[in-house]
Amino acid sequence: MSTSQTEPNKGELFEFLCRMGDNTLVLGHRVSEWCGHAPVLEEDIALANTALDLIGQTTLWLDLAGKVEDAGRDADRLAFHRDVWDFRNLLLVEQPNGDFGQTIMRQFLFDAWHLSQLTALMESSDAQIAAIAEKSSKEVTYHLERATDTVIGLGDGTDESHRRMQNALDLLWPYVGEMFVADAVDEAMVAAGIAPDPASLRPAYDTLVNDVFTAATLTKPQDDFGHRGGKSGKRHSEHLGHMLTQMQWLQRAYPDATW
Amino acid sequence: MVVEKPSLETVWGWLHAVPDPEIPVISLTDLGIIRDVQWQDDTLEVTVTPTYSGCPATTIINLDIETALRGHGIEKLALKRQLSPAWTSDWMTDAGRAKLESYGIAPPQPAGGPERCPRCKSTQLEKISQFGSTPCKAQWRCTDCLEPFDYFKCI
Repeated sequence: MSTSQTEPNKGELFEFLCRMGDNTLVLGHRVSEWCGHAPVLEEDIALANTALDLIGQTTLWLDLAGKVEDAGRDADRLAFHRDVWDFRNLLLVEQPNGDFGQTIMRQFLFDAWHLSQLTALMESSDAQIAAIAEKSSKEVTYHLERATDTVIGLGDGTDESHRRMQNALDLLWPYVGEMFVADAVDEAMVAAGIAPDPASLRPAYDTLVNDVFTAATLTKPQDDFGHRGGKSGKRHSEHLGHMLTQMQWLQRAYPDATW
Repeated sequence: MVVEKPSLETVWGWLHAVPDPEIPVISLTDLGIIRDVQWQDDTLEVTVTPTYSGCPATTIINLDIETALRGHGIEKLALKRQLSPAWTSDWMTDAGRAKLESYGIAPPQPAGGPERCPRCKSTQLEKISQFGSTPCKAQWRCTDCLEPFDYFKCI
């Protein structure tokens, strides 16, 4: 990336890695909630596999975050022993599953950003980040392909599937903006050549989603208002806390349990 | 007594006999996930790359490698995880691909879908799902013999 690079401080790099890992952790957990509940068996398997990829990527990101922090926390410790205010995921990924259409729309809106973020991170000045991005991007390419096909299939499907997909898009679009807004952590990553400027990913994202929505006969909301507060950790939605009580209950009830 | 270090060729031979825990018909070397074997002084260093980052078989694979090598008398062993270059199904050996097909799993193809039904060899196929019983597989069906089958994804 940039040629004149400024080393980020440890805290900023830790924040950035938590953002990557918390996105995949929270979405991975959300998607895993479908296991045994999906409309058809093939979708059940697809959702479980997607969740598995995301949780695997989480281990890579949060293990690296723990090493950078150097305070004795590994991926498990970070995943299961932090509370809501320490999570740095986008608001989009903590939104409840809703119906199948809402789950697929959330996946598509995230995958489209995720793949371009990972593609840019493959050029990161940090070799470990570039390696995780290279590994993850192969899996996420597949996620995006499936989410795209499913959004088009359901959007341009029956009256009912179309209505549900349009409702999902109307509901989730206000969570898209947060992915592209930079803060001090992002600026430090750009200066160090570690990560792209979030805003630089927006034009390609818009082109991709517009094409898919056209093919899916869906209408993107006019208003580009975006909720914020997830990746900074300042203001998560009420849903994350409820999710964590499920995800973390064992480590909360029996701290440091092993088996 | 002079203990000679086994040659790298011998070690590769041992690893060739370790089956993949999920698809035991192929070995770890057929799968192409053993990237390097080196002696660092008297420690045997084996470099392994995961197929999928969340694949539960990864920890079993490491355990199986360790068990096999210890069984051959290797005492000092270090397993290294390598993420880059990321594993690709192109690293699967031709022997591995043939074994997969005779086991009933269509081997990966650059075109992105199976070449033919692993049972009746028909090329009349349809995709059921992009995902299958493990992260590395998708589900397809033969429209001639009507059998569904696993396809090893090309990544």
